[in-house]
Amino acid sequence: MRLRIRFAKLGKVRFTSHRDVARIWERALRKAALPVAYSEGFSPRPKLSFGLALSTGFESHAEYLDIQLKEQDGGEAAPWDRTTADDMARRLDEALPVGIDVLAVAPTDRGGDSLQQAVVSCTWAIDIDDLDTEQAAEQVARLLAAEQIVVERERKGRIVCEDIRHQVLALDVSEATETGVRLLADLGTQPRALRPEELLAAMDPSLEARSVCRMHQWMLQEDARVEPLTVDAVPAPLAEVRA
Amino acid sequence: MSSLWPELERVLGEVQKPARYIGCEDGMIVPTHRPDKAAWLLIYPDTYEVGLPNQGLQILYEIINERPDAVAERAYAPWTDMADVLRSNGLPLFSLDSHRPASDFDILAFNLSSELVYTNLLECLDLAGVPLHADERTSDDALVIIGGHCAYNPEPLADFVDAAVLGDGEEVVSEITEVVRDWKASGRGSRHDVLRELSRLDGVYLPSMYDAEYDGDTLVAVTPRMDGVPAVVEKRTIADLADWPYPKNQLVPLTEVVHDRLNVEVFRGCTRGCRFCQAGMITRPVRERPAEQVRTMVADGLRRTGYDEVALTSLSTADFSGIEEVVAAAVSDDACGQVSVSLPSLRVDAFTVGIAAEIQRARRTGLTFAPEAGTWRMRQVINKLINEEDLYGAVESAFSQGWRRVKLYFLTGLPTETDEDTLAILELARRCIEVGRKYHSSPTVTVSLGGFVPKPFTPFQWFGQNTEVELRRKIGLLRDEIRNGGRTYNGVKLKWHDARASVVEGLFSRGDRRLGPVIEDVWRNGGVFQEWSEHFDIALWEDAMVRQGLSLDSYVYRHRTEHEVLPWDHLSAGLHRDFLWQDWRDALDELGLEDCRWIPCYDCGACTGYGIEHVVASATPPAGGSQGTGQGTDHRNGADTAVPVTLTARPRVTVGTGS
Repeated sequence: MRLRIRFAKLGKVRFTSHRDVARIWERALRKAALPVAYSEGFSPRPKLSFGLALSTGFESHAEYLDIQLKEQDGGEAAPWDRTTADDMARRLDEALPVGIDVLAVAPTDRGGDSLQQAVVSCTWAIDIDDLDTEQAAEQVARLLAAEQIVVERERKGRIVCEDIRHQVLALDVSEATETGVRLLADLGTQPRALRPEELLAAMDPSLEARSVCRMHQWMLQEDARVEPLTVDAVPAPLAEVRA
Repeated sequence: MSSLWPELERVLGEVQKPARYIGCEDGMIVPTHRPDKAAWLLIYPDTYEVGLPNQGLQILYEIINERPDAVAERAYAPWTDMADVLRSNGLPLFSLDSHRPASDFDILAFNLSSELVYTNLLECLDLAGVPLHADERTSDDALVIIGGHCAYNPEPLADFVDAAVLGDGEEVVSEITEVVRDWKASGRGSRHDVLRELSRLDGVYLPSMYDAEYDGDTLVAVTPRMDGVPAVVEKRTIADLADWPYPKNQLVPLTEVVHDRLNVEVFRGCTRGCRFCQAGMITRPVRERPAEQVRTMVADGLRRTGYDEVALTSLSTADFSGIEEVVAAAVSDDACGQVSVSLPSLRVDAFTVGIAAEIQRARRTGLTFAPEAGTWRMRQVINKLINEEDLYGAVESAFSQGWRRVKLYFLTGLPTETDEDTLAILELARRCIEVGRKYHSSPTVTVSLGGFVPKPFTPFQWFGQNTEVELRRKIGLLRDEIRNGGRTYNGVKLKWHDARASVVEGLFSRGDRRLGPVIEDVWRNGGVFQEWSEHFDIALWEDAMVRQGLSLDSYVYRHRTEHEVLPWDHLSAGLHRDFLWQDWRDALDELGLEDCRWIPCYDCGACTGYGIEHVVASATPPAGGSQGTGQGTDHRNGADTAVPVTLTARPRVTVGTGS
């Protein structure tokens, strides 16, 4: 059986790297005694697959992890119900550090695209200091009005010029904060994700974030935008899983 | 004071590897500070990745926090980018557990395991806002204490530290806590009074209470400045490791560190008697942890941490009584899934490799052995009594059981070493490759070469270290031999330690108080993280020595004489000076000395002086190896050869827990 887990990364642990988080999960799964399947060979590794990497220092309410579990004897998977999900979420939460919180757990299909292939965009909350909502709105309007926004990006060690305008799917001033303003940005991830820092650098004048938080990851299903696992589903016995 | 976290989190985006500074480890303790508690900040003055796994620090962290009258938090040396960010934002050194400023603590306790971190100690004091010089501190400033192996010669740091603690810390931290707690409760009276109280504790040395006298350039005495201060400070030794099952909750970091695995100390101390090895000399006697306790600590530790690897640590783990049963239990514990066990200090013999094969089913990449010297003559000088059959047996065992890479540790610059001895290292490596070809098409043997640095409280403390030029020449000899050898050395790789770093280590290893200004000079010129090759700069040290009018010849390269006063003569690791001198003479006579764990006592002083004994579960030497166990060696194998001290027929073996 394959499980999909949605988790948050908040607070001090946001300074751990993507690799760190993978190691933290490997230990947590052993502590929680989940029957994770292992690869064959000289160096068996647990079969885990993480979604899009989150930059070190960013927070998130929408991180995803798929776990392949060992096949049960007899080939028939144990029935999935609310108790199973509750119990699993609780065991994992206890095994994880403060700030990495399990939001939803649900079985998912074996086949289908990987998380990295399936996700087409992410919604980011970006807090900027020393900027009021009016100034922010002007900047946002200027950026959205541009037909193209060409930036220099590094690709395979070479600097290339790319237009990123089409990857800014939405950009709004969300609200005023105590020290400035919060922007909400929906940024494309295919074929290569537009990062919030790249967006801020392309604004006029360029901005720097005080903090960045991933709020959602989105995939397309028959032209509708859906999440890989919805938080309403916590603890997710009947969560609608799409893959 | 409250947490500095809000300020810190705003600047962490500007530094490399910010996870070094967040704490949050599994096993972390966030203690409640109160005026009636002594507050310790335990500092490892190197990066988080190097310092976090340190078991000594973790043991003391738990013991102190278990006390109702004390708290302990941790700090590590901020990397240079973080130090810059802290200074430019007016932020101090901070604890990782609750992100408090260092000024919230009564004691800054440093664990020192390498001489090259001495400038980092100054860096940490400066960032903590504590005056660098002990004599400039007031009752408001923290007490600065050092421990760890380098504390056995604290003299170069005498200007900067208030106290040095010698030996095992498990008991003495509580005694220090009580003194400091009472001092706090009484309103932090004079600093001199609290230091005076600390000087009454066994194992605690206060440099400021001693005068160093010189005759010209020669140190002639270090003596107490006042009555009641001991003329000689003795190390502390816990009698039985079974009483100290720490760490109980090993810290599990969120980011990658060295030795990122469960570590369980299976015994402390070693009596193999390798003459170059300070750890083996100063940690005597051997104290084994009961096998049952080891099994419990391994099983509980794996379940709690989620690690899939456990290291059984000691100075020579294959010597642990019943090692096979213990590792078999660890790997067969189903509850923990696929567990691999590592033995960080493998003895060189086939028996040991057999155990390694048993437990490293999963990841069989490389094995490391430490023959230390290339010829049997040289190995008798250093008392590493491995014969070539042992080595080839071990290597054959490794290659035949699936390993393709073998790493061999050697020292160069050893006493009496000739070029023949040095070159014999490559001959050993070549013959190991030959053995390997029987099993693999391209086996590799990596020769890792370290420059020998004489250490206090070893028989080699009188030896004049090889000069940088000489060490370089010897390394060059091996490089040239490989280069000119054509196919002879196919598969042999050579790695070596920077000879310049060995010079600086040697300077402080046996240095005295006059080196304080040198450390300060180097630190003031930006010389931090000197144990990191990207920061190490020999010119900083050489220039500082010149400015202080001191010479490397005198401190590093000079042979000491028998009756010369050594800077650590007023400190004691229990070893009789005449035992060490005799062992030095024996070394020069190429005489080996067997392991006293399984044969009668030599009276080195480590047991007899403190009324303690070896605690070993098995009264017989381990199977399968000759090394120092009296099996198959030419020397000291029975009563027909001379031994340095009178043998007393006194079995020194305690069965079981020994308590």
